[in-house]
Amino acid sequence: MAASETAVDNGVNVQALLDAREALTAAPEGAKFEWRATCEWKNGTHSHSTVEGFFGLGEEQKHVTTFTFDADHPEIFASEDKGAAPVEYILVGLVSCLTAGIAAIAQHREIQLRSIKATLEGSMDIQGILGIDSDVRNGFGDIKVTFDIDADATADEIKALVAQSQKRSAVYDAITNPTNITVEVN
Amino acid sequence: MSRCLAERSIDHVVLERGEVANTWKTERWASLRLLTPNWQSRLPGFGYQGDDPDGYRTMPEVIAFIDRYAKVISAPVRAHTTVTSVSRSDAGYLVATDRGDWHARTVVLATGACNIARVPALAEAVPSAVTTLTPVQYRNPDQLEEGGVLVVGASATGTQLADEIHRSGRPVTLAVGEHIRAPRVYRGRDLEWWMDAAGVLDERYDEVDDIVRARKVPSLQLTGSSERATLDLNALTGIGVKLVGRLAGINEGKAQFSGSLRNLCALSDLKMGRLLDTIDEWATDNGLDGEVEAPHRLPPTEVEESPPLGMDLTSGEIRTIVWATGFRPDYSWLDVPVLDRKGQLRHDGGVVESPGMYLMGIQFLRRRKSALIDGAGDDARDLSDHLASYLDGQVATTDH
Repeated sequence: MAASETAVDNGVNVQALLDAREALTAAPEGAKFEWRATCEWKNGTHSHSTVEGFFGLGEEQKHVTTFTFDADHPEIFASEDKGAAPVEYILVGLVSCLTAGIAAIAQHREIQLRSIKATLEGSMDIQGILGIDSDVRNGFGDIKVTFDIDADATADEIKALVAQSQKRSAVYDAITNPTNITVEVN
Repeated sequence: MSRCLAERSIDHVVLERGEVANTWKTERWASLRLLTPNWQSRLPGFGYQGDDPDGYRTMPEVIAFIDRYAKVISAPVRAHTTVTSVSRSDAGYLVATDRGDWHARTVVLATGACNIARVPALAEAVPSAVTTLTPVQYRNPDQLEEGGVLVVGASATGTQLADEIHRSGRPVTLAVGEHIRAPRVYRGRDLEWWMDAAGVLDERYDEVDDIVRARKVPSLQLTGSSERATLDLNALTGIGVKLVGRLAGINEGKAQFSGSLRNLCALSDLKMGRLLDTIDEWATDNGLDGEVEAPHRLPPTEVEESPPLGMDLTSGEIRTIVWATGFRPDYSWLDVPVLDRKGQLRHDGGVVESPGMYLMGIQFLRRRKSALIDGAGDDARDLSDHLASYLDGQVATTDH
């Protein structure tokens, strides 16, 4: 690295991302990805999910290792609490997507990050899932994300990072906009 | 362009399907005013000479202005001549019209960026009891049934129509996607004055980071009124317009709005802040701080705690939907393979990939101001230069 360059390093290889963007602009077929997960019921409300392979850049891809996730409901629902609740995975998905985005955009904008911490609160009236009141939806009422970010940047520059990250986030989009879901039974 | 070609004694004709200023005459709503102040419409050898330089032209005034320019420069206009196709020929191009064919060594496409109103695919799912229309069809609020109106899109067109329709007594819900907020007047001067003076409008297409993105930036939320009022989302909320997120889907007669409203407003507030920062820095650097009003910032865009995520379009509450979702050019008559997979013309600053073909009057063609009347002059000077060299055989066909 040349001595004149500021050594902003958030651990994100922005050049690789920009190169991929350029390559996929020329060959948009490669941009078609398919993300996959499998799930197996254990007992009660406990299930065990696995992610391993996915499709992208025109071929089958694989994670470096297989990742597994236990999901269950808390004990107050008379469950055994062997894992996070599925709705908590939604919060985890949202915040990890936004956080990754902030790091990448900060790197691209040459902003050195020192720490990103986030707290999430998803409000839910469980009268919906319990079928008590059909006017209450099953899903979250509101989701509130609060970031504490320490970086070499002005308050507005940090706000702009967080805003841009929302604009480019897959999970943010998946939650804020409708998605057609097809569920089949073999 | 005609004026620049004439200056170089390049023989040409201007083909016009209707009359001079046809789009302004036939495809715009009655109350529309130019977004740029009178002084700013500077065409080669022609400018504003009236006594209201800070005013905004009404449609009849825009039409008269363009008409007069055509006469002053004696533009060789063939009115009521519709081009039916443009294709390559041995000598250059064959331009077929409903009044005979033209053979031309070069062609300048000046049909503009706003020929067809964009309507999203989900429009097909709108219940039949709801009337839909585009800004091209819209003339005034009296055209609409009494009752609620959903305006989709919050750029210049959407905000102006939302304001006018709501004031007519038809309660408006405004679905807000990406938008660019801007004060009409800042520190006592028109925003366009600042952007012109500070060189923002002269920024070149080959100097910006990402020209593809820059060409897609929505129009500023500006309106031309005698009060020089700012027409942002807060102004609309102030008169009772209800803001909802981007229209994301229509499912079984129910409109679904995106939960992204708060972020889109934050993005826009931050972007406006950066523009005003640029203006303030320029004002200080150029010693204007004592001359103009002090810097200030606009209050953040107000978004209610939990904006509605859905709306029943079958309940009768909404009688009309107005698609203010942008415009696109019509190249259906262009039989030269210069369009990309998204239907956009491939060009480098108006020099189209097909030798001897040029493009004018689209967003950020060569400069940020390219789509403004005020941007036509500089672009026409540059492109007529290139065109003249091409005719002289001095431009290699691959040299853009």
